[in-house]
Amino acid sequence: MSILVFLIPLALILGLIGLGTFVWSLKSGQYDDLDGAANRILIDEDNKIN
Amino acid sequence: MENKIDGYDAYVRTDNLIQSLRLKVTGVYCAGCIQKIESTLNDLNGVQKCRLNFTTGALIIDWQGKISRANDFVQYIIDLGYEVAPYQDGDKTITQKNNFLLMCMGVSGFAAGNIMLLSFGLWITDQNTMGDATRDFLHLISALIAIPAILFSGRPFFKSAWSALKHKYTNMDVPISLALILATGMSVHELMRGGEHVYFDSALMLCFFLLIGRYLDFKARANARSAATDLMSALSGFATIMDGKKTRKIPTRDVLPDMIVIVAMGEKIPVDGVIENGETDIDTSLVTGETLPRHATKGTDVFAGTLNLSATIAVRVIKESRDSLLSDIVHLMEQAELGQATYARLADRAAKFYTPMVHTLAITAFLLWFFVVGIVWQDALMIAVTVLIITCPCALGLAVPVAQVLSTGQLLRQKIMVKSGDALERLAKIDYIFFDKTGTLTNAKPTLIGDHRQDDLQFAASIASHSHHPLSQSIAQSYDGDLFSIDDVIEIAGQGLKGRYKGKNILLGNSKLLNINQANDDLMSLYLSIDGATPILFQFENSLRRDAKPVLKNLKNKNLKLALLSGDRCSVVKNIAKDLNFDEMHGDLNPAEKYKYLENAKAQNRTVLMVGDGLNDAPVLAGSDVSMAPGTAIGLAQNAADIVFMGDDLNPVDIAHTMAIRTQNIVKQNFTIAVLYNMVAIPMAFMGLVTPMIAAIAMSGSSILVIANSFRLKLKS
Repeated sequence: MSILVFLIPLALILGLIGLGTFVWSLKSGQYDDLDGAANRILIDEDNKIN
Repeated sequence: MENKIDGYDAYVRTDNLIQSLRLKVTGVYCAGCIQKIESTLNDLNGVQKCRLNFTTGALIIDWQGKISRANDFVQYIIDLGYEVAPYQDGDKTITQKNNFLLMCMGVSGFAAGNIMLLSFGLWITDQNTMGDATRDFLHLISALIAIPAILFSGRPFFKSAWSALKHKYTNMDVPISLALILATGMSVHELMRGGEHVYFDSALMLCFFLLIGRYLDFKARANARSAATDLMSALSGFATIMDGKKTRKIPTRDVLPDMIVIVAMGEKIPVDGVIENGETDIDTSLVTGETLPRHATKGTDVFAGTLNLSATIAVRVIKESRDSLLSDIVHLMEQAELGQATYARLADRAAKFYTPMVHTLAITAFLLWFFVVGIVWQDALMIAVTVLIITCPCALGLAVPVAQVLSTGQLLRQKIMVKSGDALERLAKIDYIFFDKTGTLTNAKPTLIGDHRQDDLQFAASIASHSHHPLSQSIAQSYDGDLFSIDDVIEIAGQGLKGRYKGKNILLGNSKLLNINQANDDLMSLYLSIDGATPILFQFENSLRRDAKPVLKNLKNKNLKLALLSGDRCSVVKNIAKDLNFDEMHGDLNPAEKYKYLENAKAQNRTVLMVGDGLNDAPVLAGSDVSMAPGTAIGLAQNAADIVFMGDDLNPVDIAHTMAIRTQNIVKQNFTIAVLYNMVAIPMAFMGLVTPMIAAIAMSGSSILVIANSFRLKLKS
């Protein structure tokens, strides 16, 4: 059972990394304009690339 | 180009040489709009960042250079065809609440996932294999994750339950909070005495599921932004005032009585006042709903929000902007919305009898086991808590929002936007529909009727294109060939247009302009005279939406009572009402009178749907039980309405009503499923037969069943 000492912290750390990423994405405003992102994908930006 | 925009520089914020302006842009509907606005502004010199938030309509522009460029930017956006107003910070709280819920959801999801890893081990392994020490260790880790997570992400429920209890009523959040607290507290107690089962996983899963429901519910409602915020921006424009001999632009809210305001042709009159100088036609449709402009000369009263059509006028201000008729309507709307806020949502009404029932059951279970059966008090309490956990309204919490979100999505695909989730709940219960006429039953603009010779039409369209008058615009639009260039066009207010083409006098106007004796003078007609020849008659009508008749018939077949309320003349209203078989009709109404009819209907315990598009409908839209507005409606009406529909058809009214009833049926089925589940689960928990594993499976089982049932809305449509 001593493997638990290693595995449980590992699981928690991985989970915390996920949570941290989520909090970061929330704080940096990625959820502010969900409909906008869905529409922006349609914008053709060919003229910008040169 | 003359720059008409002024005053936006006051809203610019400067930070480290970078100027920043926040605007509210309305009329953004698709990717094309985003691109048009952003690329136009980004291509301008000095602009560093320009980002449009599609959801809220907030546009942020950052640039280096003069502050006064703010006005140029605004002009560019207006030239692209969008409406602009200074951004009001009212939207901020919605974003904050949204993020708060997302954060709670994220934290509880993270914690629930990790605890499930541990619980899985606890469930599938028997006592002898794992051993007491390992079991207690896993329980401890669960507690360390669960307690902070529940304290953090349970806040939406705790807060709402606390404020409900403080005001001496209960809502769905009271039993939820109680179950969360008791399950956690009981588990801590079990942990301390080294007990066999803890409930941390059930509590967290419950919290996570409910937060999903809560978030969906909030999302559906967030779009229903407070109408009042947008009304403020309607009043936050600018007015041109006479300052000595010069003119100067000032914000409308700073205009004081007795100032002289200059209103150019095609501009909105910003304040209530009396015409001091000039003669013009005024489009009052915003306030009265009337199709045709009113003639106004020196001494005529004019109102804020109406449109000056034919000539520049000087207006002496009578009232400050905040006392204007427009403000009165705004005030009336706010009052009306307050009245609507008392609507009790289905879930909360269910909670009203559910909560006391559940609590009585739990107490009874404890008393029975402790006093009658005579087990130790810890075990009796354990059974009572199990009853509470198993009855926790997980499925009930999901029953309403999931169904509403799904049907809202279905409707959106048919270009019907439902702004608040509970609008469907209210729509399902209506028994009375009020229709506005102009712009709602009919198309927004008058159209030319009858056949005309192309030559006549060409002359008429050529001269008509010089005017803002709705009849002129209708003529100009019904001819799409080349136009003659007419010289010396002048508009005579209240009469028509005069011009010259190759030496010929061209007249287009009413009987007064052409000196015709018309006994039966119809306002919806114009005459064209070329160099004194016999006048040619053009007639117009407000054509009905093409499917108005069948749609109204359908609605009537559903046993709904239909009433027509219009600001237009009684004779016109009467004809249409008869044609469409209305139960009731009233013409010549001003906004306050329209609202009176609503109050009367409410006094008779009727549930009213209002369908309207004008400013004059706004109070009724805001105050009725549920309201719809076409996409061509003014921004104010769209804001006040619960549902906005696009396109030229009236059919969405019928579609939305049908969908609302279906949704309500699904919601009722969901409630039935949840109640049936409780009827099986409660007696088992009551008898002390339920283990934590069964409780957890049964709980998610009923939630999944409710969600699956709701998805039927999507399958069959």
